[in-house]
Amino acid sequence: MIRVAGAGRGLPESAAVPIGRASFPAPFRSQLEFNPPVHGTWNIVHIGMRIPEAHQVYVCGINCMRGVVLTAAEMEARGRFSCVILKDEDILKGNVEQVTIDGILDVVGRLPKTPPCVLVFPVCTHHFLGCDMNYIYRRLREARPDVTFVPCWMDPIMQKHGLTPEQKLRRSMFEPLTERPARKGVVSLIGYDFPLRPSEIDGWLEMNAISLHDLPHCTTYEEYLALAEAELFVAVYPTALPGAPALAKRLGRPYLYLPLTFDAGEIRSNMARLAEALGLAAPDLTQAEQEAMAALREARELIGDTEIRIDMSMHPRPLGLAKLLLDEGFRVTCLYQDAISGEEKETFFYLKEHYPELVISSVIRPEMRYADRHSLDKVLALGQKAAYFSDTPYFVNMVAGGGLIGFAGIRDLAGLMKEAYLTPKDTRDLVVRKGLGCASCV
Amino acid sequence: MDRSYRILPTYTGDVSGAASALYELGGMVVIHDPSGCNSTYNTHDETRWYDRESLIFITGLAARDAVLGNDDKLIKDVCDTAGYYRPAFIALVSSPIPYLNGTDFPALARIIERRSGIRTFFVATNGMHDYVRGAGNALLKIAENFVEKPVEPSRGPESSAGPAANCRLKVNILGLTPLDFAVEGAVDRLQAILAQHGFDVLTRWAMGSTLDELRRSAEADVDLVVSAAGLQTAHFLEKTFGIPFVAGLPVGGFTEPLMEALAEAAGSGGNTLPCRDFRKAPAPSLTHACVIGEAVAAGSYAAAMELATGKAFRVITSLEDSAELLGPEDLFVSGEEAVEDALKEMELVAGDDFYEAVCPAGCDFISLPHLAFSGRNAVRDLKTMDPYDIEKLLAGRHLLP
Repeated sequence: MIRVAGAGRGLPESAAVPIGRASFPAPFRSQLEFNPPVHGTWNIVHIGMRIPEAHQVYVCGINCMRGVVLTAAEMEARGRFSCVILKDEDILKGNVEQVTIDGILDVVGRLPKTPPCVLVFPVCTHHFLGCDMNYIYRRLREARPDVTFVPCWMDPIMQKHGLTPEQKLRRSMFEPLTERPARKGVVSLIGYDFPLRPSEIDGWLEMNAISLHDLPHCTTYEEYLALAEAELFVAVYPTALPGAPALAKRLGRPYLYLPLTFDAGEIRSNMARLAEALGLAAPDLTQAEQEAMAALREARELIGDTEIRIDMSMHPRPLGLAKLLLDEGFRVTCLYQDAISGEEKETFFYLKEHYPELVISSVIRPEMRYADRHSLDKVLALGQKAAYFSDTPYFVNMVAGGGLIGFAGIRDLAGLMKEAYLTPKDTRDLVVRKGLGCASCV
Repeated sequence: MDRSYRILPTYTGDVSGAASALYELGGMVVIHDPSGCNSTYNTHDETRWYDRESLIFITGLAARDAVLGNDDKLIKDVCDTAGYYRPAFIALVSSPIPYLNGTDFPALARIIERRSGIRTFFVATNGMHDYVRGAGNALLKIAENFVEKPVEPSRGPESSAGPAANCRLKVNILGLTPLDFAVEGAVDRLQAILAQHGFDVLTRWAMGSTLDELRRSAEADVDLVVSAAGLQTAHFLEKTFGIPFVAGLPVGGFTEPLMEALAEAAGSGGNTLPCRDFRKAPAPSLTHACVIGEAVAAGSYAAAMELATGKAFRVITSLEDSAELLGPEDLFVSGEEAVEDALKEMELVAGDDFYEAVCPAGCDFISLPHLAFSGRNAVRDLKTMDPYDIEKLLAGRHLLP
């Protein structure tokens, strides 16, 4: 039994295992799945809403619909969301294609203003019935040539052996971007939901008259379409793949994947690759790195030996974050994640060798439903799920990297850790809200 | 077109309804679904998830297993988890893809029960019906599987005398889930109202009663159906144990006639539906006021508002399995356009706030926030709502002349 919490009942190794004994890339056997009451990560509704003026239409049964229609309602975007309900009689009559076409055209026709773009989300049922989606989109485009219909999917049944709905959506969201003349000095950051925080890159871009465009800053559909004018496309978030390189290929532009990372070498390498792609000299990052390390040391002095736990929803590189903190002397005890990203394979084996007692805990295994969340000692959590499972008010409230980038990202993270350590938050109130950063009725 | 919704949300689905109904009974609910059902349910439809543990899981169904029919994984996973937790029962719940590929859930339930030694049953759902169906089916399964024949029946075919005249009448409350009763303390208030009128609440199906308490439901003199989700169970308890039922919520001035109907049913053994039949005002079709929502609540509010205003109110519902609860002037409508059409002549509408988006311009609106419709958007309003006080609900409203 592994004691993840400071006191109380431990977890069996089926749900929590020291990394020294953990397997890569799946530390835990697939089982029934628990869903903790922590909802800050963005779902496909939040992500799709990033396209300004776009409307979303989902086509599915009532139970599946409920989660997405209320996501839109909770983020005060009911006016940009419509749905078409499938009933069992449609399946039995083989009528799903027609209901899909008629339903979408009906809601689009009843909207007070015609949207330039409609994201269409069929579901698992369409796959299993073998619906001819090409026929459906052809009919939609014939009927409404004034609207760009974007084929998306809400088909989680396919995700264990293929792309996730999020990856598919990000790929689909690039489809309206059509060929435009490239503008010198314009770089488009694609496939990431958060604006990047200020960093050492900003000054360098400005000095070289490079303009960085991204979706979070687009306020009109035309601004979104103008992302296609970039001379270079950059992705920083893993689920932007494989859509981002496919877009670059389609538009005949160069493309770079510069992952969000806490590894100093990779940060330097990312900058060098960006500079090379733009035909510029790489900036000197020495000062930025020194500031980041100084900020971390300062945080370490404050936080001391306080237990730190990290979850995978906080950043796409949770193991990399753990490695950075452990190497800098922080006391990281637990990682909450059910799978290890291929991008972190090397880091996994580093941690396995150097910190074999570091515990990897499942988030979704059924044992986690009754996991003892009580801790006798103070716990600093990095991420909402770590905060929930540690029942701690001391946590960094962040999902998906939160826009942290470069050495400035490490510096900012150190600041956020200090703030979280000193200022308790209302965990119960914050983590149940959907889509951190979006409007919320809760 | 009755399938398309431009602005209205859908009601809670049958899967969530089943999970909600079984939440407090110590069982394990397994939703055969790839992903999403559990998140949808616990995010939008379940107010207890953070503070009170319950064993509700999804199977994480993958395409390959669905195509190849790998039921062994489901059986093993369920039995392993049941072995870890030893729940009081196992309820299997289905979603669209298992429905589509014809998964034989009753057979799976028999296999799992045999291997685990734990009572296992299938709650008929497929993700394409609403919560009334799902919760209703789930409560019925509890009744069928666990309610025990009383040693000394208080009434019904085996009783010679019916309830003793000087004893307080025992009542089961049927159809309780947070989907319809999300106001904090609402169920306790309901119990208190019954107590004030001489009833002892024997069981609360299924908020605030244990499975062992529900086993004793056949000792009741009468059942009070407080939502459409309780109707199937009411019919079962009547047919099996001879317990009569009455449908309605004690709202405002409707409380007294409802309590009288309850006492009368306990004495006579006849069922009544005051939420449907009490309204006396003539020709509701000629009026322009309605209550839209779950049928028992809507009928009860309509009755109470009629008493308060002297005017007729029509009940409108989009929820399934409610036909028995609707009077001849009431309406079942399916789809957003049908709702808009039903409301277009209305001058006064009472219902969940989200319905306001399809009310005619200038229509007066009375807010009856409903978790099963607007989800957490309703929660803030539900915190301050008194669901039984019609005067407060009508306060300051312009009513029909």
